[in-house]
Amino acid sequence: MYEKAKYLVSGDSAITIEFGNIISEEINKKVRAMTSAVEVKKVYGIKELVPTYRSLMIHYDPLKVDFYELVNTLRKIEENIDSIELSAPDVIEIPTLYGGDCGPDIENVARYNNITVEKVVEIHASKEYLIFMLGFTPGFPYLGGMDTRIAAPRLQTPRTRIPGGSVGIAGEQTGIYPVSSPGGWQLIGSTPIKLFDPHRENPILLKSGNYIKFKSINEKEYEKVKQQLDNGTYEYMIYSKEDGGDERGAI
Amino acid sequence: MNVGQFKVIDAGFMTTVQDLGRYGYQQYGVSVSGAMDHVAARISNILVGNDENEGLLEATMIGPKIEFLDDAVIAITGGDLQPTINGVHTDLNTSIAVNKGDILTYKGMKKGLRSYIAFAGGIDVPVVMGSKSTFLKAQIGGYEGRALKAGDILKTGIVHSKVSGREIAGNFYDYGSGIVELRVVLGPQDDDFTEGGIETFFNSEFHVTNNCDRMGYTLAGEKVSHKDGADIISDGISMGAVQVPSSGIPIIMMADRQTTGGYTKIANVITADLPKLAQAKPGDIIVFKKSTIEEAHILIKDLENRIDEVKKQLSSQDIEKKEAVKIKSIKDFNLTINGKSYTVNVEEL
Repeated sequence: MYEKAKYLVSGDSAITIEFGNIISEEINKKVRAMTSAVEVKKVYGIKELVPTYRSLMIHYDPLKVDFYELVNTLRKIEENIDSIELSAPDVIEIPTLYGGDCGPDIENVARYNNITVEKVVEIHASKEYLIFMLGFTPGFPYLGGMDTRIAAPRLQTPRTRIPGGSVGIAGEQTGIYPVSSPGGWQLIGSTPIKLFDPHRENPILLKSGNYIKFKSINEKEYEKVKQQLDNGTYEYMIYSKEDGGDERGAI
Repeated sequence: MNVGQFKVIDAGFMTTVQDLGRYGYQQYGVSVSGAMDHVAARISNILVGNDENEGLLEATMIGPKIEFLDDAVIAITGGDLQPTINGVHTDLNTSIAVNKGDILTYKGMKKGLRSYIAFAGGIDVPVVMGSKSTFLKAQIGGYEGRALKAGDILKTGIVHSKVSGREIAGNFYDYGSGIVELRVVLGPQDDDFTEGGIETFFNSEFHVTNNCDRMGYTLAGEKVSHKDGADIISDGISMGAVQVPSSGIPIIMMADRQTTGGYTKIANVITADLPKLAQAKPGDIIVFKKSTIEEAHILIKDLENRIDEVKKQLSSQDIEKKEAVKIKSIKDFNLTINGKSYTVNVEEL
Protein backbone atom coordinates (compact mmCIF):
# COMPACT_ATOMS: atom_id res chain seq x y z
CA MET A 1 0.00 0.00 0.00
CA TYR A 2 1.20 3.52 -0.76
CA GLU A 3 1.80 5.80 2.20
CA LYS A 4 -0.23 8.47 0.46
CA ALA A 5 -2.76 7.72 -2.24
CA LYS A 6 -1.79 8.82 -5.75
CA TYR A 7 -4.14 11.12 -7.66
CA LEU A 8 -3.70 10.28 -11.32
CA VAL A 9 -5.07 12.47 -14.09
CA SER A 10 -7.22 10.30 -16.38
CA GLY A 11 -8.23 12.75 -19.07
CA ASP A 12 -10.20 15.95 -18.53
CA SER A 13 -13.20 14.29 -16.89
CA ALA A 14 -11.81 11.58 -14.59
CA ILE A 15 -9.33 11.10 -11.76
CA THR A 16 -7.92 7.78 -10.57
CA ILE A 17 -7.13 7.57 -6.88
CA GLU A 18 -4.64 4.74 -6.50
CA PHE A 19 -3.99 3.18 -3.08
CA GLY A 20 -1.41 0.55 -3.94
CA ASN A 21 0.11 -1.59 -6.62
CA ILE A 22 -0.80 -5.15 -5.65
CA ILE A 23 -3.98 -7.17 -5.35
CA SER A 24 -4.75 -7.42 -1.66
CA GLU A 25 -7.86 -7.40 0.48
CA GLU A 26 -6.36 -4.67 2.63
CA ILE A 27 -5.93 -2.27 -0.29
CA ASN A 28 -9.33 -3.22 -1.69
CA LYS A 29 -10.85 -2.36 1.67
CA LYS A 30 -9.33 1.15 1.40
CA VAL A 31 -10.92 1.49 -2.04
CA ARG A 32 -14.23 0.43 -0.59
CA ALA A 33 -13.95 2.88 2.31
CA MET A 34 -13.07 5.76 -0.03
CA THR A 35 -15.95 4.87 -2.36
CA SER A 36 -18.38 4.80 0.50
CA ALA A 37 -17.05 8.10 1.96
CA VAL A 38 -17.32 9.92 -1.38
CA GLU A 39 -20.82 8.54 -1.92
CA VAL A 40 -21.95 9.77 1.48
CA LYS A 41 -20.52 13.28 0.92
CA LYS A 42 -22.42 13.67 -2.36
CA VAL A 43 -19.66 15.86 -3.79
CA TYR A 44 -21.06 18.29 -6.36
CA GLY A 45 -19.96 17.58 -9.93
CA ILE A 46 -19.12 13.90 -9.46
CA LYS A 47 -20.88 11.75 -12.06
CA GLU A 48 -19.80 8.19 -11.34
CA LEU A 49 -17.51 6.15 -9.13
CA VAL A 50 -15.72 3.05 -10.41
CA PRO A 51 -13.96 1.10 -7.66
CA THR A 52 -11.40 -1.45 -8.89
CA TYR A 53 -8.80 -3.76 -7.28
CA ARG A 54 -6.56 -1.04 -5.96
CA SER A 55 -7.97 2.26 -7.14
CA LEU A 56 -11.11 4.36 -7.44
CA MET A 57 -11.91 6.14 -10.71
CA ILE A 58 -13.97 9.28 -10.25
CA HIS A 59 -15.78 10.57 -13.33
CA TYR A 60 -16.62 14.28 -12.91
CA ASP A 61 -18.19 17.11 -14.87
CA PRO A 62 -15.61 19.87 -15.39
CA LEU A 63 -18.41 22.33 -16.12
CA LYS A 64 -19.62 21.88 -12.56
CA VAL A 65 -16.46 21.49 -10.52
CA ASP A 66 -12.92 22.82 -10.74
CA PHE A 67 -10.30 20.08 -10.96
CA TYR A 68 -8.06 21.41 -8.14
CA GLU A 69 -11.01 22.08 -5.87
CA LEU A 70 -12.21 18.54 -6.45
CA VAL A 71 -8.78 17.07 -5.65
CA ASN A 72 -8.68 19.13 -2.42
CA THR A 73 -12.13 17.93 -1.41
CA LEU A 74 -11.17 14.32 -2.14
CA ARG A 75 -7.87 14.60 -0.22
CA LYS A 76 -9.80 15.84 2.81
CA ILE A 77 -12.22 12.93 2.54
CA GLU A 78 -9.29 10.54 2.17
CA GLU A 79 -7.64 11.78 5.39
CA ASN A 80 -10.53 10.38 7.39
CA ILE A 81 -11.31 7.13 5.64
CA ASP A 82 -9.58 4.99 8.27
CA SER A 83 -12.23 6.03 10.76
CA ILE A 84 -15.05 4.94 8.46
CA GLU A 85 -16.99 1.98 9.74
CA LEU A 86 -17.82 -0.20 6.79
CA SER A 87 -20.93 -2.27 7.17
CA ALA A 88 -20.21 -6.00 7.25
CA PRO A 89 -20.23 -7.30 3.70
CA ASP A 90 -22.95 -9.63 2.44
CA VAL A 91 -22.37 -13.16 1.22
CA ILE A 92 -24.63 -14.27 -1.61
CA GLU A 93 -25.12 -17.94 -2.33
CA ILE A 94 -24.82 -19.02 -5.95
CA PRO A 95 -26.54 -22.40 -6.54
CA THR A 96 -24.35 -24.21 -9.06
CA LEU A 97 -24.72 -27.45 -10.99
CA TYR A 98 -21.20 -28.87 -11.31
CA GLY A 99 -19.93 -31.15 -14.09
CA GLY A 100 -21.82 -32.76 -16.96
CA ASP A 101 -22.85 -30.53 -19.86
CA CYS A 102 -22.75 -27.54 -17.51
CA GLY A 103 -19.11 -28.09 -16.58
CA PRO A 104 -17.40 -29.90 -19.45
CA ASP A 105 -13.88 -29.15 -18.17
CA ILE A 106 -14.26 -30.30 -14.57
CA GLU A 107 -12.51 -33.59 -15.30
CA ASN A 108 -9.57 -31.68 -16.81
CA VAL A 109 -9.31 -29.62 -13.65
CA ALA A 110 -9.44 -32.77 -11.48
CA ARG A 111 -6.85 -34.60 -13.58
CA TYR A 112 -4.56 -31.56 -13.71
CA ASN A 113 -4.52 -31.44 -9.90
CA ASN A 114 -4.54 -35.22 -9.27
CA ILE A 115 -7.77 -35.10 -7.30
CA THR A 116 -11.28 -36.43 -7.88
CA VAL A 117 -14.10 -34.43 -9.46
CA GLU A 118 -15.95 -34.63 -6.13
CA LYS A 119 -12.95 -33.03 -4.40
CA VAL A 120 -12.88 -30.19 -6.95
CA VAL A 121 -16.54 -29.46 -6.18
CA GLU A 122 -15.97 -29.72 -2.45
CA ILE A 123 -13.04 -27.30 -2.48
CA HIS A 124 -14.67 -24.86 -4.92
CA ALA A 125 -17.94 -24.68 -2.99
CA SER A 126 -16.34 -24.42 0.45
CA LYS A 127 -14.99 -20.88 0.29
CA GLU A 128 -16.42 -17.39 0.39
CA TYR A 129 -14.89 -15.40 -2.45
CA LEU A 130 -14.38 -11.63 -2.18
CA ILE A 131 -15.75 -9.63 -5.14
CA PHE A 132 -12.76 -7.32 -5.69
CA MET A 133 -14.46 -5.46 -8.56
CA LEU A 134 -16.91 -5.76 -11.43
CA GLY A 135 -15.87 -5.10 -15.01
CA PHE A 136 -15.06 -6.60 -18.40
CA THR A 137 -18.72 -7.33 -19.20
CA PRO A 138 -21.87 -6.25 -17.30
CA GLY A 139 -21.79 -7.83 -13.86
CA PHE A 140 -18.60 -9.86 -14.32
CA PRO A 141 -17.06 -10.36 -10.84
CA TYR A 142 -13.30 -10.44 -10.29
CA LEU A 143 -13.12 -12.86 -7.38
CA GLY A 144 -10.27 -13.42 -4.95
CA GLY A 145 -9.20 -16.23 -2.72
CA MET A 146 -9.52 -19.41 -4.76
CA ASP A 147 -7.79 -22.50 -3.36
CA THR A 148 -4.64 -23.23 -5.40
CA ARG A 149 -5.42 -26.99 -5.18
CA ILE A 150 -7.99 -26.51 -7.97
CA ALA A 151 -6.03 -24.01 -10.09
CA ALA A 152 -5.82 -24.88 -13.80
CA PRO A 153 -4.48 -23.06 -16.87
CA ARG A 154 -6.77 -21.47 -19.45
CA LEU A 155 -7.82 -23.52 -22.46
CA GLN A 156 -5.28 -23.46 -25.28
CA THR A 157 -8.02 -22.64 -27.75
CA PRO A 158 -10.70 -20.37 -26.29
CA ARG A 159 -14.34 -21.23 -26.94
CA THR A 160 -16.15 -18.85 -29.28
CA ARG A 161 -19.25 -18.88 -27.11
CA ILE A 162 -19.57 -19.57 -23.42
CA PRO A 163 -23.18 -19.51 -22.22
CA GLY A 164 -24.16 -16.97 -19.57
CA GLY A 165 -24.17 -18.48 -16.08
CA SER A 166 -21.09 -20.62 -16.69
CA VAL A 167 -18.74 -21.00 -13.72
CA GLY A 168 -15.09 -21.37 -14.62
CA ILE A 169 -11.48 -21.46 -13.50
CA ALA A 170 -8.53 -19.68 -15.11
CA GLY A 171 -5.20 -20.02 -13.36
CA GLU A 172 -5.78 -19.20 -9.70
CA GLN A 173 -8.97 -17.29 -10.45
CA THR A 174 -12.57 -18.37 -10.47
CA GLY A 175 -15.54 -16.52 -11.90
CA ILE A 176 -18.98 -16.54 -13.48
CA TYR A 177 -19.83 -15.40 -17.01
CA PRO A 178 -22.86 -13.07 -16.62
CA VAL A 179 -23.66 -12.98 -20.36
CA SER A 180 -22.68 -15.25 -23.22
CA SER A 181 -19.26 -14.34 -24.55
CA PRO A 182 -16.12 -15.93 -25.99
CA GLY A 183 -13.62 -17.13 -23.41
CA GLY A 184 -10.84 -19.48 -22.46
CA TRP A 185 -11.77 -20.47 -18.92
CA GLN A 186 -12.10 -24.11 -17.86
CA LEU A 187 -15.82 -24.57 -17.28
CA ILE A 188 -16.70 -26.53 -14.17
CA GLY A 189 -20.39 -25.75 -13.70
CA SER A 190 -23.32 -23.46 -14.33
CA THR A 191 -25.76 -21.39 -12.29
CA PRO A 192 -29.33 -20.49 -13.30
CA ILE A 193 -28.92 -17.20 -11.38
CA LYS A 194 -28.78 -14.17 -13.66
CA LEU A 195 -25.95 -11.87 -12.63
CA PHE A 196 -27.18 -9.35 -15.21
CA ASP A 197 -30.76 -8.63 -16.18
CA PRO A 198 -31.31 -5.17 -17.68
CA HIS A 199 -35.04 -5.29 -16.93
CA ARG A 200 -34.70 -6.19 -13.23
CA GLU A 201 -35.00 -3.41 -10.65
CA ASN A 202 -31.35 -3.96 -9.79
CA PRO A 203 -29.91 -4.99 -13.15
CA ILE A 204 -26.64 -6.14 -11.56
CA LEU A 205 -26.91 -8.71 -8.77
CA LEU A 206 -23.42 -8.41 -7.30
CA LYS A 207 -21.56 -5.50 -5.74
CA SER A 208 -17.85 -5.12 -5.18
CA GLY A 209 -16.84 -5.63 -1.57
CA ASN A 210 -19.38 -8.40 -1.03
CA TYR A 211 -18.71 -12.14 -1.18
CA ILE A 212 -19.89 -15.10 -3.23
CA LYS A 213 -20.38 -18.64 -1.94
CA PHE A 214 -21.06 -21.42 -4.43
CA LYS A 215 -23.51 -24.13 -3.41
CA SER A 216 -23.51 -27.47 -5.19
CA ILE A 217 -26.98 -28.44 -6.44
CA ASN A 218 -28.28 -31.36 -8.52
CA GLU A 219 -30.14 -31.26 -11.82
CA LYS A 220 -33.55 -31.36 -10.16
CA GLU A 221 -32.69 -28.42 -7.91
CA TYR A 222 -31.24 -26.57 -10.89
CA GLU A 223 -34.55 -26.87 -12.75
CA LYS A 224 -36.45 -25.82 -9.64
CA VAL A 225 -34.34 -22.68 -9.14
CA LYS A 226 -34.69 -21.87 -12.83
CA GLN A 227 -38.45 -22.18 -12.60
CA GLN A 228 -38.62 -20.04 -9.47
CA LEU A 229 -36.48 -17.38 -11.16
CA ASP A 230 -38.80 -17.42 -14.17
CA ASN A 231 -41.96 -16.97 -12.14
CA GLY A 232 -40.38 -14.53 -9.68
CA THR A 233 -40.62 -16.68 -6.54
CA TYR A 234 -36.91 -17.42 -6.09
CA GLU A 235 -35.48 -16.14 -2.84
CA TYR A 236 -31.80 -15.24 -2.93
CA MET A 237 -29.76 -16.63 -0.03
CA ILE A 238 -27.89 -13.63 1.35
CA TYR A 239 -26.26 -13.45 4.76
CA SER A 240 -23.95 -11.05 6.48
CA LYS A 241 -20.28 -11.96 6.68
CA GLU A 242 -19.01 -11.25 10.13
CA ASP A 243 -16.17 -8.79 10.16
CA GLY A 244 -12.73 -10.07 11.07
CA GLY A 245 -13.36 -13.50 9.60
CA ASP A 246 -10.60 -15.94 8.80
CA GLU A 247 -10.25 -14.87 5.15
CA ARG A 248 -9.36 -11.29 5.81
CA GLY A 249 -5.62 -11.58 5.40
CA ALA A 250 -3.74 -10.49 2.33
CA ILE A 251 -3.65 -13.05 -0.45
CA MET B 1 -48.96 14.74 -36.96
CA ASN B 2 -48.30 13.09 -33.64
CA VAL B 3 -46.67 9.71 -33.71
CA GLY B 4 -44.91 8.62 -36.89
CA GLN B 5 -43.04 5.65 -38.23
CA PHE B 6 -40.17 5.00 -40.56
CA LYS B 7 -39.03 1.81 -42.23
CA VAL B 8 -35.48 0.60 -42.73
CA ILE B 9 -35.13 -0.61 -46.33
CA ASP B 10 -31.37 -1.13 -46.07
CA ALA B 11 -29.46 -0.68 -42.82
CA GLY B 12 -26.16 0.37 -44.39
CA PHE B 13 -22.90 -0.75 -42.80
CA MET B 14 -23.97 -0.27 -39.18
CA THR B 15 -26.79 1.90 -37.94
CA THR B 16 -27.76 2.00 -34.26
CA VAL B 17 -29.97 4.07 -31.98
CA GLN B 18 -27.85 6.15 -29.58
CA ASP B 19 -28.29 9.00 -27.13
CA LEU B 20 -25.56 10.64 -25.03
CA GLY B 21 -24.86 7.46 -23.06
CA ARG B 22 -25.83 5.17 -20.21
CA TYR B 23 -24.34 6.59 -17.01
CA GLY B 24 -24.35 5.23 -13.48
CA TYR B 25 -23.48 1.61 -14.21
CA GLN B 26 -19.76 1.69 -14.96
CA GLN B 27 -19.02 0.33 -11.48
CA TYR B 28 -21.02 -2.75 -12.47
CA GLY B 29 -19.16 -3.28 -15.73
CA VAL B 30 -21.76 -1.73 -18.02
CA SER B 31 -20.21 0.38 -20.78
CA VAL B 32 -21.40 3.96 -21.26
CA SER B 33 -22.09 3.65 -25.02
CA GLY B 34 -23.82 6.68 -26.61
CA ALA B 35 -23.05 8.70 -29.73
CA MET B 36 -19.39 8.53 -30.77
CA ASP B 37 -19.52 12.14 -32.01
CA HIS B 38 -21.35 13.68 -29.09
CA VAL B 39 -21.33 17.18 -30.57
CA ALA B 40 -22.92 16.18 -33.90
CA ALA B 41 -25.55 14.19 -32.00
CA ARG B 42 -26.43 17.15 -29.80
CA ILE B 43 -26.63 19.56 -32.75
CA SER B 44 -28.86 17.12 -34.63
CA ASN B 45 -31.34 16.94 -31.76
CA ILE B 46 -31.19 20.69 -31.17
CA LEU B 47 -32.04 21.34 -34.84
CA VAL B 48 -35.27 19.36 -34.61
CA GLY B 49 -36.23 20.84 -31.24
CA ASN B 50 -35.51 17.73 -29.17
CA ASP B 51 -33.84 17.34 -25.81
CA GLU B 52 -30.10 17.01 -26.58
CA ASN B 53 -30.04 13.55 -25.00
CA GLU B 54 -32.86 12.17 -27.18
CA GLY B 55 -32.31 8.93 -29.10
CA LEU B 56 -31.24 9.31 -32.72
CA LEU B 57 -29.64 7.19 -35.43
CA GLU B 58 -25.88 6.85 -35.76
CA ALA B 59 -24.90 5.56 -39.20
CA THR B 60 -21.33 4.46 -39.91
CA MET B 61 -19.47 4.58 -43.23
CA ILE B 62 -22.40 3.53 -45.46
CA GLY B 63 -25.64 5.22 -44.53
CA PRO B 64 -29.01 3.45 -44.38
CA LYS B 65 -31.94 3.66 -46.80
CA ILE B 66 -35.05 4.77 -44.97
CA GLU B 67 -38.66 5.17 -46.06
CA PHE B 68 -40.81 7.60 -44.11
CA LEU B 69 -44.20 6.04 -43.41
CA ASP B 70 -45.50 9.38 -42.13
CA ASP B 71 -44.60 13.04 -42.49
CA ALA B 72 -41.64 13.92 -40.28
CA VAL B 73 -39.01 16.53 -39.52
CA ILE B 74 -35.40 15.31 -39.47
CA ALA B 75 -31.90 16.75 -39.23
CA ILE B 76 -28.71 15.15 -40.51
CA THR B 77 -25.36 16.12 -38.95
CA GLY B 78 -21.83 14.81 -38.50
CA GLY B 79 -19.71 13.37 -41.29
CA ASP B 80 -20.79 13.95 -44.88
CA LEU B 81 -21.94 10.61 -46.24
CA GLN B 82 -23.88 12.56 -48.92
CA PRO B 83 -27.51 12.16 -47.92
CA THR B 84 -30.26 12.44 -50.52
CA ILE B 85 -34.03 12.60 -50.24
CA ASN B 86 -35.86 11.06 -53.20
CA GLY B 87 -32.53 11.12 -55.00
CA VAL B 88 -31.95 14.83 -54.51
CA HIS B 89 -28.97 16.10 -52.50
CA THR B 90 -29.94 17.39 -49.08
CA ASP B 91 -27.98 19.72 -46.82
CA LEU B 92 -26.38 18.78 -43.55
CA ASN B 93 -27.08 20.81 -40.43
CA THR B 94 -30.62 21.83 -41.37
CA SER B 95 -34.00 20.62 -40.18
CA ILE B 96 -35.94 19.20 -43.08
CA ALA B 97 -39.63 18.45 -43.44
CA VAL B 98 -40.11 15.11 -45.21
CA ASN B 99 -43.35 13.65 -46.49
CA LYS B 100 -44.90 10.25 -46.17
CA GLY B 101 -43.34 8.01 -48.81
CA ASP B 102 -40.08 9.99 -49.10
CA ILE B 103 -36.87 7.97 -49.23
CA LEU B 104 -33.63 8.95 -47.48
CA THR B 105 -30.48 7.35 -48.89
CA TYR B 106 -26.80 8.14 -48.92
CA LYS B 107 -24.50 8.38 -51.92
CA GLY B 108 -21.35 7.52 -50.03
CA MET B 109 -18.64 8.72 -47.69
CA LYS B 110 -17.20 12.10 -48.59
CA LYS B 111 -15.97 13.64 -45.34
CA GLY B 112 -15.96 12.00 -41.95
CA LEU B 113 -17.27 8.57 -40.99
CA ARG B 114 -20.44 8.89 -38.94
CA SER B 115 -23.78 10.49 -39.80
CA TYR B 116 -26.47 11.37 -37.26
CA ILE B 117 -30.18 11.49 -38.05
CA ALA B 118 -32.47 13.05 -35.45
CA PHE B 119 -36.26 12.92 -35.74
CA ALA B 120 -38.41 15.68 -34.27
CA GLY B 121 -40.09 14.05 -31.29
CA GLY B 122 -37.29 11.52 -30.93
CA ILE B 123 -37.19 7.78 -31.51
CA ASP B 124 -39.63 5.77 -29.46
CA VAL B 125 -37.56 2.86 -28.11
CA PRO B 126 -37.59 1.67 -24.48
CA VAL B 127 -35.29 3.39 -22.01
CA VAL B 128 -33.08 0.62 -20.64
CA MET B 129 -31.14 1.43 -17.49
CA GLY B 130 -31.66 5.13 -18.04
CA SER B 131 -30.70 5.32 -21.70
CA LYS B 132 -31.83 4.64 -25.26
CA SER B 133 -28.27 3.87 -26.38
CA THR B 134 -27.58 0.52 -28.02
CA PHE B 135 -24.83 -1.46 -26.27
CA LEU B 136 -24.16 -4.17 -28.81
CA LYS B 137 -21.92 -6.42 -26.69
CA ALA B 138 -24.57 -6.85 -23.98
CA GLN B 139 -27.44 -6.62 -26.48
CA ILE B 140 -29.29 -3.95 -24.56
CA GLY B 141 -30.90 -0.60 -25.39
CA GLY B 142 -31.74 0.92 -28.75
CA TYR B 143 -33.90 -1.16 -31.05
CA GLU B 144 -34.02 -4.68 -29.58
CA GLY B 145 -30.42 -4.32 -28.37
CA ARG B 146 -29.00 -4.61 -31.87
CA ALA B 147 -28.01 -2.72 -35.01
CA LEU B 148 -30.90 -2.00 -37.38
CA LYS B 149 -31.83 -4.52 -40.09
CA ALA B 150 -33.78 -4.23 -43.33
CA GLY B 151 -37.49 -4.42 -42.57
CA ASP B 152 -37.33 -2.83 -39.11
CA ILE B 153 -40.08 -0.31 -38.48
CA LEU B 154 -39.31 2.29 -35.81
CA LYS B 155 -41.67 4.74 -34.15
CA THR B 156 -40.94 8.39 -33.66
CA GLY B 157 -42.26 10.44 -30.77
CA ILE B 158 -44.53 13.40 -30.48
CA VAL B 159 -43.51 16.60 -32.26
CA HIS B 160 -43.93 19.57 -30.00
CA SER B 161 -43.35 22.42 -32.39
CA LYS B 162 -42.84 23.26 -36.02
CA VAL B 163 -39.12 23.09 -36.37
CA SER B 164 -38.42 22.62 -40.06
CA GLY B 165 -36.26 25.07 -41.97
CA ARG B 166 -33.82 25.73 -39.13
CA GLU B 167 -30.22 25.68 -40.18
CA ILE B 168 -26.72 26.32 -39.08
CA ALA B 169 -23.93 26.77 -41.56
CA GLY B 170 -21.03 24.38 -41.35
CA ASN B 171 -19.77 21.86 -38.88
CA PHE B 172 -18.13 22.64 -35.57
CA TYR B 173 -15.17 20.62 -36.75
CA ASP B 174 -13.40 20.31 -40.06
CA TYR B 175 -13.98 16.61 -40.58
CA GLY B 176 -12.17 14.66 -43.19
CA SER B 177 -8.93 16.52 -43.84
CA GLY B 178 -7.15 13.17 -43.49
CA ILE B 179 -4.86 14.45 -40.75
CA VAL B 180 -6.36 14.45 -37.28
CA GLU B 181 -4.58 16.31 -34.51
CA LEU B 182 -5.65 15.05 -31.11
CA ARG B 183 -4.77 16.99 -28.00
CA VAL B 184 -4.15 14.73 -24.99
CA VAL B 185 -3.37 15.03 -21.31
CA LEU B 186 -0.73 12.61 -20.08
CA GLY B 187 -1.65 9.91 -17.56
CA PRO B 188 -2.71 7.92 -15.67
CA GLN B 189 0.24 5.58 -16.45
CA ASP B 190 2.62 7.83 -18.42
CA ASP B 191 5.30 6.98 -15.83
CA ASP B 192 5.34 3.40 -17.16
CA PHE B 193 6.79 4.56 -20.50
CA THR B 194 10.39 5.31 -21.40
CA GLU B 195 11.41 8.84 -22.37
CA GLY B 196 11.85 7.53 -25.89
CA GLY B 197 8.37 6.02 -25.78
CA ILE B 198 6.80 9.36 -24.84
CA GLU B 199 8.84 11.05 -27.57
CA THR B 200 7.63 8.54 -30.17
CA PHE B 201 4.07 9.08 -29.01
CA PHE B 202 4.20 12.83 -29.58
CA ASN B 203 6.54 13.05 -32.53
CA SER B 204 5.47 10.29 -34.88
CA GLU B 205 2.45 9.85 -37.10
CA PHE B 206 -0.01 7.03 -36.52
CA HIS B 207 -2.60 5.64 -38.88
CA VAL B 208 -6.18 4.61 -38.19
CA THR B 209 -6.54 0.90 -39.03
CA ASN B 210 -9.67 -0.96 -40.15
CA ASN B 211 -10.03 -1.96 -36.54
CA CYS B 212 -11.90 1.23 -35.57
CA ASP B 213 -15.31 0.52 -34.14
CA ARG B 214 -17.49 1.87 -31.36
CA MET B 215 -15.28 0.16 -28.81
CA GLY B 216 -11.99 1.69 -29.85
CA TYR B 217 -9.58 2.89 -32.51
CA THR B 218 -6.56 0.66 -33.03
CA LEU B 219 -3.71 2.62 -34.62
CA ALA B 220 -0.66 1.58 -36.60
CA GLY B 221 2.74 3.18 -36.40
CA GLU B 222 6.02 3.28 -34.56
CA LYS B 223 6.19 1.26 -31.34
CA VAL B 224 5.71 3.24 -28.13
CA SER B 225 8.04 1.58 -25.64
CA HIS B 226 7.35 0.75 -22.02
CA LYS B 227 9.84 0.74 -19.16
CA ASP B 228 8.97 -2.72 -17.85
CA GLY B 229 5.87 -4.27 -19.24
CA ALA B 230 2.48 -3.15 -20.49
CA ASP B 231 0.28 -4.93 -17.99
CA ILE B 232 -1.15 -3.32 -14.89
CA ILE B 233 -3.65 -4.42 -12.28
CA SER B 234 -6.97 -3.61 -13.97
CA ASP B 235 -8.32 -0.12 -13.28
CA GLY B 236 -10.94 2.25 -14.71
CA ILE B 237 -10.96 3.42 -18.34
CA SER B 238 -12.34 6.81 -19.33
CA MET B 239 -13.56 7.91 -22.77
CA GLY B 240 -10.62 8.67 -25.05
CA ALA B 241 -8.04 6.79 -22.95
CA VAL B 242 -5.00 5.84 -25.03
CA GLN B 243 -4.13 2.29 -24.07
CA VAL B 244 -0.78 0.86 -25.09
CA PRO B 245 -0.52 -2.95 -24.83
CA SER B 246 2.79 -4.80 -25.13
CA SER B 247 2.74 -4.47 -28.94
CA GLY B 248 3.48 -0.78 -28.35
CA ILE B 249 0.64 0.24 -30.65
CA PRO B 250 -1.91 2.68 -29.18
CA ILE B 251 -5.61 1.85 -28.95
CA ILE B 252 -7.93 4.77 -28.21
CA MET B 253 -10.90 3.67 -26.14
CA MET B 254 -14.29 4.98 -27.30
CA ALA B 255 -18.02 4.82 -26.45
CA ASP B 256 -18.46 1.03 -26.12
CA ARG B 257 -15.13 0.56 -24.28
CA GLN B 258 -15.07 -1.85 -21.37
CA THR B 259 -15.24 -0.02 -18.04
CA THR B 260 -11.97 -1.47 -16.71
CA GLY B 261 -8.84 -2.91 -18.24
CA GLY B 262 -5.33 -4.11 -17.58
CA TYR B 263 -3.19 -2.20 -20.08
CA THR B 264 -1.12 0.91 -19.41
CA LYS B 265 -2.75 4.16 -20.50
CA ILE B 266 -0.20 6.72 -21.66
CA ALA B 267 -2.63 9.62 -22.11
CA ASN B 268 -6.25 10.60 -22.68
CA VAL B 269 -7.72 12.50 -25.63
CA ILE B 270 -9.41 15.72 -24.46
CA THR B 271 -13.22 15.85 -24.65
CA ALA B 272 -13.27 18.71 -27.16
CA ASP B 273 -11.22 16.67 -29.66
CA LEU B 274 -13.16 13.39 -29.36
CA PRO B 275 -15.58 14.24 -32.20
CA LYS B 276 -12.61 14.58 -34.57
CA LEU B 277 -11.56 11.05 -33.70
CA ALA B 278 -15.11 9.70 -33.96
CA GLN B 279 -15.15 10.97 -37.55
CA ALA B 280 -11.67 9.65 -38.42
CA LYS B 281 -11.62 6.73 -40.84
CA PRO B 282 -9.18 3.96 -41.75
CA GLY B 283 -6.05 5.43 -43.34
CA ASP B 284 -6.35 8.83 -41.66
CA ILE B 285 -3.22 10.12 -39.95
CA ILE B 286 -3.36 10.71 -36.20
CA VAL B 287 -0.96 13.12 -34.49
CA PHE B 288 -0.94 13.53 -30.72
CA LYS B 289 -0.31 16.92 -29.19
CA LYS B 290 0.37 17.56 -25.53
CA SER B 291 -2.28 19.55 -23.72
CA THR B 292 -3.07 20.36 -20.10
CA ILE B 293 -6.09 19.87 -17.91
CA GLU B 294 -6.54 23.67 -17.77
CA GLU B 295 -6.57 23.98 -21.55
CA ALA B 296 -8.91 20.97 -21.89
CA HIS B 297 -11.39 22.52 -19.46
CA ILE B 298 -11.30 25.90 -21.21
CA LEU B 299 -12.03 24.12 -24.49
CA ILE B 300 -14.98 22.23 -22.97
CA LYS B 301 -16.44 25.54 -21.75
CA ASP B 302 -15.81 27.12 -25.12
CA LEU B 303 -17.63 24.25 -26.84
CA GLU B 304 -20.61 24.65 -24.51
CA ASN B 305 -20.72 28.38 -25.22
CA ARG B 306 -20.79 27.72 -28.95
CA ILE B 307 -23.60 25.20 -28.57
CA ASP B 308 -25.54 27.70 -26.44
CA GLU B 309 -24.98 30.30 -29.14
CA VAL B 310 -26.39 27.93 -31.78
CA LYS B 311 -29.46 27.33 -29.62
CA LYS B 312 -30.06 31.06 -29.25
CA GLN B 313 -29.62 31.68 -32.94
CA LEU B 314 -31.98 28.85 -33.85
CA SER B 315 -34.73 30.13 -31.61
CA SER B 316 -34.41 33.57 -33.18
CA GLN B 317 -34.67 31.87 -36.59
CA ASP B 318 -37.94 30.33 -35.47
CA ILE B 319 -39.30 33.82 -34.96
CA GLU B 320 -37.87 35.51 -38.00
CA LYS B 321 -37.22 32.51 -40.27
CA LYS B 322 -34.22 34.34 -41.53
CA GLU B 323 -31.27 33.12 -43.51
CA ALA B 324 -28.78 30.63 -42.19
CA VAL B 325 -26.86 31.30 -39.04
CA LYS B 326 -23.21 31.36 -39.89
CA ILE B 327 -20.76 29.89 -37.48
CA LYS B 328 -17.81 32.17 -37.93
CA SER B 329 -14.44 30.63 -38.32
CA ILE B 330 -12.82 30.56 -34.94
CA LYS B 331 -9.15 29.96 -34.47
CA ASP B 332 -7.64 28.70 -31.24
CA PHE B 333 -4.20 29.83 -30.14
CA ASN B 334 -2.41 28.37 -27.19
CA LEU B 335 -0.41 30.75 -25.04
CA THR B 336 1.80 29.91 -22.11
CA ILE B 337 2.34 32.73 -19.63
CA ASN B 338 4.20 32.13 -16.37
CA GLY B 339 3.83 28.39 -16.85
CA LYS B 340 0.04 28.56 -17.21
CA SER B 341 -1.60 27.66 -20.48
CA TYR B 342 -4.36 29.72 -22.03
CA THR B 343 -6.41 29.25 -25.14
CA VAL B 344 -7.26 32.41 -27.02
CA ASN B 345 -10.06 32.42 -29.57
CA VAL B 346 -9.61 34.78 -32.47
CA GLU B 347 -12.82 35.52 -34.30
CA GLU B 348 -13.45 37.32 -37.55
CA LEU B 349 -15.60 40.41 -37.04
